[in-house]
Amino acid sequence: MSGGEGRRGIVIAVASTVVFFTLLAVAITHAPGWPEVRRTFFDWDQFKDSLPEISRAFLLNVKIFSIAEAFILVFALLLAILRSLPGPAALPLRLLGIGYADFFRGVPTILVIAMLGFGAPALRLNHVPLSTTFWGIVALVLVYTAYVSEVYRAGIESVHPSQAAAARSLGLTHWQALRTVVLPQAVRRVIPPLLNDFIGLQKDTALVGFLGSVEAFKQSQIDAAATFNYTSYVAAALLFVALTIPLARFTDWLVLRDRRRRQAAGA
Amino acid sequence: MSEALLLESVQKSFGRLEVLRGVDLALAEHEVVCLIGASGSGKSTLLRCVNLLEVIDAGRIVVEGQEITARNVDVNRIRRRIGIVFQAYNLFPHMSVLRNVTLAPTLALRRSRAEAESEAIALLARFGLADKRNDFPDSLSGGQQQRVAIVRALAMRPDLMLLDEVTSALDPELVAEVLEVIRELAAGGMTMLIATHEMSFARDIADRICFLDEGVILEQGRPEQILSAPAEPRTQQFLQRIIEAGRL
Repeated sequence: MSGGEGRRGIVIAVASTVVFFTLLAVAITHAPGWPEVRRTFFDWDQFKDSLPEISRAFLLNVKIFSIAEAFILVFALLLAILRSLPGPAALPLRLLGIGYADFFRGVPTILVIAMLGFGAPALRLNHVPLSTTFWGIVALVLVYTAYVSEVYRAGIESVHPSQAAAARSLGLTHWQALRTVVLPQAVRRVIPPLLNDFIGLQKDTALVGFLGSVEAFKQSQIDAAATFNYTSYVAAALLFVALTIPLARFTDWLVLRDRRRRQAAGA
Repeated sequence: MSEALLLESVQKSFGRLEVLRGVDLALAEHEVVCLIGASGSGKSTLLRCVNLLEVIDAGRIVVEGQEITARNVDVNRIRRRIGIVFQAYNLFPHMSVLRNVTLAPTLALRRSRAEAESEAIALLARFGLADKRNDFPDSLSGGQQQRVAIVRALAMRPDLMLLDEVTSALDPELVAEVLEVIRELAAGGMTMLIATHEMSFARDIADRICFLDEGVILEQGRPEQILSAPAEPRTQQFLQRIIEAGRL
């Protein structure tokens, strides 16, 4: 492709983008109900009023997410390893892993949160917190461990068997081969889908509000109920987006760096 | 004295496909034996069985007097004594050349990192790879990768080396550098079992050539005898096809 065509391509791309979004904006702002929608969802004063409180509540989402993610990364890897164990003797463990993944991927997250959040504290177990946030985190860990273990497992299976064979042929044990040869390659390959699941997790932290924990969504609900204005929802939405976008860019960067490092002469 | 490697009536099937149908073979210490035969004749399977990457169905394999196919042997311990090099190199792409070479000595043999590294650096230098030690496999040529794979196997100080078509995946101009490495190993007295399509190389390096046909060793003997005056019609046919393909 010549340089002239390249420039022409850019001009067309910019022009079509501008035209498309202008038309979209015009269509929305000329809709019959637009003045009403703008007042209830995009009220600048409401936005300014509700943002500080929702931001503070959003810290709880970040906390739930961070704690849950740390546990999920470890538990999901253990579950994936459990399911990849070879040999007939490991069959019960494999079955356990399959049953777990099937169950927690099948039940809606909100149901798991409700059952644990309302049911578990009623057990009044000793030395176990009663807080709704605690049980919300437990529920998210249980559900997302099932998803993320599938991602790890796909990564493990994508590493060609000849890699494990080469490692075993050198006298490494199954566990050593897994730890040093298979898993590092598997994890690198699944970073993008892992991140995808974590974006899902970040958003699902809002479900913990259902138990009564005052996180960003619950706070915006409280604000909306007090003012009869939904701008607080938009504020919460923007906070979630502000967290996920940097995470997505960070992953792209990780993937790129890994590819460069392997292809460049290492010296 | 016991043989370096002894195979007795080794059989191996994959499902209903019988790949090895009773292989008998003995290698003396320092002997270099080349396995020739058509694709699918069982050469690779034979090597993988010796390395215990495949479990044999019947027969036995003995290395330096120890039956490695017996029940309750520690397969990891045995594999550490037997080096294998694959057609597709199978280097670890996420590790530097040096780490590829030191991984097994540090983990399986529990040598110190410093000791394993100094030995690896010496081996890499011996095979012309000293300046590649910090590179990653993807940045090397096929010939360099295969030499690294050979060094990786040698770093375990094996008693026996198994080479599985190690030049088959290489561009023709890169074959010589790998064969040179194998020649040096043979000169150093390494016991080797080599599956190969390179007949002139086999003639050059082998003490003995075995012709594998439909899962049995049909004929074996000194290279000039097998390659120039084979007794079996099947061997003659195979060599005729090789000559027609311009490979001898």
